[in-house]
Amino acid sequence: MLDNPPDAAPFVSVNAIKTELVRRGKGNPLVFLHPELGIGAGAPVLDRLAARFDVVAPSLPGYGRTELPRSYSSVDDLAYFTLDLIEMLDLRNLVLVGVSIGGWVAAEIATKTTERVAKLVLVNPSGIKTGGPTHRDMADMFALPQKELEAAAFHDPRHARFDPQAATEDEVYVRLRNRESTVLFGWSPYMYNPKLLGRLHRIKVPTLVLWGASDRIAPADYGRAYARAIPGARFETIEKAGRFPHIEQPQEFADRIAAFAA
Amino acid sequence: MRVYHFTEQPYPDAWDKDPDSIRATLPSKWCDPVKAADLYHEYLDAWQLADELGLDIFVNEHHSTSTCLTASANLILGILARTTKRARLLGLGFPIANNPHPLRIAEELAMIDVISRGRLEMGFVKGVPYEIHPANSLPVRHTERFWEAHDLIMKALTTHDGPFSWEGEFFQYRNVNVWPRPYQQPHPPVWISANSVPSAVPIAQRGHVLGTVMTGYKAKALFDEYRRAWAAAGKPGPVPLDRLCYAGFVGVGKTRAEGHRRGNLVMAYLRTNAIVGEAFKNPPGFIPARPAAKMITQTGSMTFLSHDLYAKDGSNLGEFTKADLQGTIDGGLMFTGTPDDVYRQMVDFYDTVGGFGHFLMMAQAGTMNYADTAENLTLFAREVLPRLTDYHRKRQKEMGLPVPALA
Repeated sequence: MLDNPPDAAPFVSVNAIKTELVRRGKGNPLVFLHPELGIGAGAPVLDRLAARFDVVAPSLPGYGRTELPRSYSSVDDLAYFTLDLIEMLDLRNLVLVGVSIGGWVAAEIATKTTERVAKLVLVNPSGIKTGGPTHRDMADMFALPQKELEAAAFHDPRHARFDPQAATEDEVYVRLRNRESTVLFGWSPYMYNPKLLGRLHRIKVPTLVLWGASDRIAPADYGRAYARAIPGARFETIEKAGRFPHIEQPQEFADRIAAFAA
Repeated sequence: MRVYHFTEQPYPDAWDKDPDSIRATLPSKWCDPVKAADLYHEYLDAWQLADELGLDIFVNEHHSTSTCLTASANLILGILARTTKRARLLGLGFPIANNPHPLRIAEELAMIDVISRGRLEMGFVKGVPYEIHPANSLPVRHTERFWEAHDLIMKALTTHDGPFSWEGEFFQYRNVNVWPRPYQQPHPPVWISANSVPSAVPIAQRGHVLGTVMTGYKAKALFDEYRRAWAAAGKPGPVPLDRLCYAGFVGVGKTRAEGHRRGNLVMAYLRTNAIVGEAFKNPPGFIPARPAAKMITQTGSMTFLSHDLYAKDGSNLGEFTKADLQGTIDGGLMFTGTPDDVYRQMVDFYDTVGGFGHFLMMAQAGTMNYADTAENLTLFAREVLPRLTDYHRKRQKEMGLPVPALA
């Protein structure tokens, strides 16, 4: 591995797992769980959130440059990892935010315990199955050609642009590793836990399901089904954003979360 | 030298239906089952003929594809186990990391070995990346799952004192107890395919047959690595040539023109084999991120699976799917022309890579009909194989290797 990659965050040890962690800003703690793409220390959304919160943004095991224990094979493992991190940092009264697969991790955490969670924000989360065997909740991100995938996931696919020829080997490695880990955690059943929908009723904290309206990987109805299963959850959309609103609308994203957390 | 007739049992009538993908996603409405039945019968007849001609038989399998109607190698071998008389029956094979039920594979292998009265050659393959989606197989940790399935199958076929339990990382069984036990004791010969040099090592360590498929002169590096790893593992003596196998294409005719015409027909395989949707060519994790990043950085492309062909002197002949007939001859993939031409090309290739005891020949592909296939097999069996066998025996003696008794 290269030394000091430009987008890397410092490492901390979480239950002996070497973990890349951004901690930035002042205020109420906010844990940000990244989507399939991972999160770089330079992501604009982190500064927008840090203007209002004490932001804790780990790279989950298998993502970025965080170690992946050999025993890890499910989103449940990521949920327990995040609980370890929250307890290690002794975060309380926190806002738990997750995008896409990060939203799935956040939902799994909240069905286990909300002891330290004051509010939950699920942004275009995956993780539940809403229909029958031939109903596909989410397009198969691993079967779409790259251009179609970018068009489906982003409001403006220019946000997805990645030129492997302009990238360093380490940047390419991190990108491939993020995809590889997403496959490990979400290949089959594809991006859901058959048990999760039936457990969402356990979430008793105020919850916002936020949905990038241009997401064509999963439709907004999927997000509405998620919100219906969580007692009292609100459903809102963000315009001009696809599956990753924190990338396409970072300011609006931070504003909505701040308004909900207030 | 054992020579095996190979066809993928193609369904070429569907190859013009989608320019982007004739595998994985091509709808089966393009498959006429009446036509498919005719093709199966034709292909089985050719394997039957191979048996009569003194050739051996090689079957593989692929899924969701018009390039290969063999969705189960074991089904075809099950038929041939009963209908053929003498040929070795090689499955290379069984994509054991893609099958959720390796114990079922072990049972079927034992059945084939017993029905054929001990003629099964048992090959395990990792498989090509575009098999991942149709199999729903997790591409990550694929190699680890492959070896666990291998270990389970081997233990299942060689345990005869009642059930054992298997609680591995990928497979769990409470009662492994295979009936029948294999005809060949302790088990049928094991083959594993490999196309990259490091992959030769675990195969050599176990003493299995290394099968390398259409790698051209790169086969030499694989065979050399096998020999190095064999010695490093403390295995006695030089590597017997029956541990090494090469697979290539054959087009033979009474005249050079006729041989080349058949060679061109067989090359349909090369031209169509990799027509598959972009996302299926490189499922995330199938090649681990670290080596994949290196390859992508070197090639500047996120889909890096290129198959360049190299000549005997190491010069690059370009992408193998675009090679013309001469390019495939120069690249050591194709052996074609008159029986004399084919013999000369094969001996030259054999000596360049250091010899091998098994040759898998794709003698049918694409639209090649039964008459051409039968003539291709017959000319090879009658006019090339005897000379090749003599040469192989002579070379083994010269190399100080034990010469197996004639079959």
